Amino acid sequence: MSEDGHPAPILTAHRAGLLGCRSCGRVWPQDRQTCDRCGADLVPPDRRGLQKVWAWWAAGLIMYVPANLFPMMRTQTFAGLQGSSEATILQGVVELMHYGNYDIAIIVFVASVVVPVAKFLAIAWLAMVAGRPATVEQAHTRLKIYEVVEFIGRWSMIDVFVVAILSALVQLGFVASIHPGPAAVSFALSVAFTMLSAQSFDPRLIWRGLPLRSRTATEGQD
Amino acid sequence: MDARDRIDLTTGRGLMACPRCDALHVEEELQPGETARCIRCGGVLAKPRGGAFTQLIALSFTSMVLMMGAVFFPFLEISRMGFGNATSLFGVGMAFADGVLLPLVLAVMVMIVGLPVLRAFLLVYTLTPLAQGRAPYRHAARAFRWSELMRPWSMAEIFVIGTAVALIKVAGLATVHLGPAFWAFCALILVNVASRGFMCQTTIWDAIEDAGLPTDGREMVEGRNG
Repeated sequence: MSEDGHPAPILTAHRAGLLGCRSCGRVWPQDRQTCDRCGADLVPPDRRGLQKVWAWWAAGLIMYVPANLFPMMRTQTFAGLQGSSEATILQGVVELMHYGNYDIAIIVFVASVVVPVAKFLAIAWLAMVAGRPATVEQAHTRLKIYEVVEFIGRWSMIDVFVVAILSALVQLGFVASIHPGPAAVSFALSVAFTMLSAQSFDPRLIWRGLPLRSRTATEGQD
Repeated sequence: MDARDRIDLTTGRGLMACPRCDALHVEEELQPGETARCIRCGGVLAKPRGGAFTQLIALSFTSMVLMMGAVFFPFLEISRMGFGNATSLFGVGMAFADGVLLPLVLAVMVMIVGLPVLRAFLLVYTLTPLAQGRAPYRHAARAFRWSELMRPWSMAEIFVIGTAVALIKVAGLATVHLGPAFWAFCALILVNVASRGFMCQTTIWDAIEDAGLPTDGREMVEGRNG
């Protein structure tokens, strides 16, 4: 981080006519197909790889629609006498607020609505600006956003686990029972597809449009 | 400065490219405790720790033993008004075992039990000969690469946080007793955190390479997947 605006020109593997392995970092000549050290496929950092990102992204978005329309779980109390309720994600949040649990409502809302939507927007933005020229600062911001998306993606699966634990645990016959709803499976698929989309994104594309020498340094010399 | 003689800009020998931004670096042997960062994006390139291989093997065995406990001991138990229900980890997976949700049973079991155990096994397989200074086993490189590919899909720690959230939701409804499996799972998370501190992929790749992976060109062609 302290090397921002490094005055010396930075040579990338791509400019040197070489190809770096994304799995182990080993460098190979550009015509190589596989990395001899780790066996991974070598992919050049070009925009063709973005097709995969968009495909998984669209699949994730399509799956996110039923995840919000169908109920996540069905709660039955006193054999349906006290009411049996089916709640979608948003209805669950509203219900929590109705009972005055504002803090838990906010946590659930952020985890199951804000984070997934922000993830879709962030990946779409990264894929759109990928390979376009940017300043070094912009590139650092993009990389940070990419790392946050990659880190946070798997944590959305928490909703699915909560539904599983609740449905397995709360089986008190007459008193109360909880059953999973169809939204659980589409939500899980949506999370998995978004994770695959983020994994397909090649962060090296963020840096592709950058000048070799940081712009301020060259202008200073002129 | 003799590093200049070791590198080769046509074959890529002695060089390393940052997987995040493609900047080229000259490979250098690091002392344990040192950290190498990318000059362009600042990401960590290598972070070797002394005795890391032995520690990682020990921690992998620990996590396998804890997972056995987590699978076979009771997980959670609730009771209210004389009605009670206990569930094991399998019970949690089987919660989805009706109708369209069936595929989720497999997915959940794989994510919380299957992949963590498989990753621990692959890590032991890769590192045991390296820690003893012998040549790696056959396909050690593939084993380690797969273990790294599985990393994001192994969700034991997310499951534990999910358990905490579920307990908060159930707390008002019934009395909850935590079983031994729950505590085994919590211990598993600590073991995973410790294991992550010792993990340095670059060091392991270099060790696999230096120890002389028994490969020939033919095997690498077969080794391609996809």
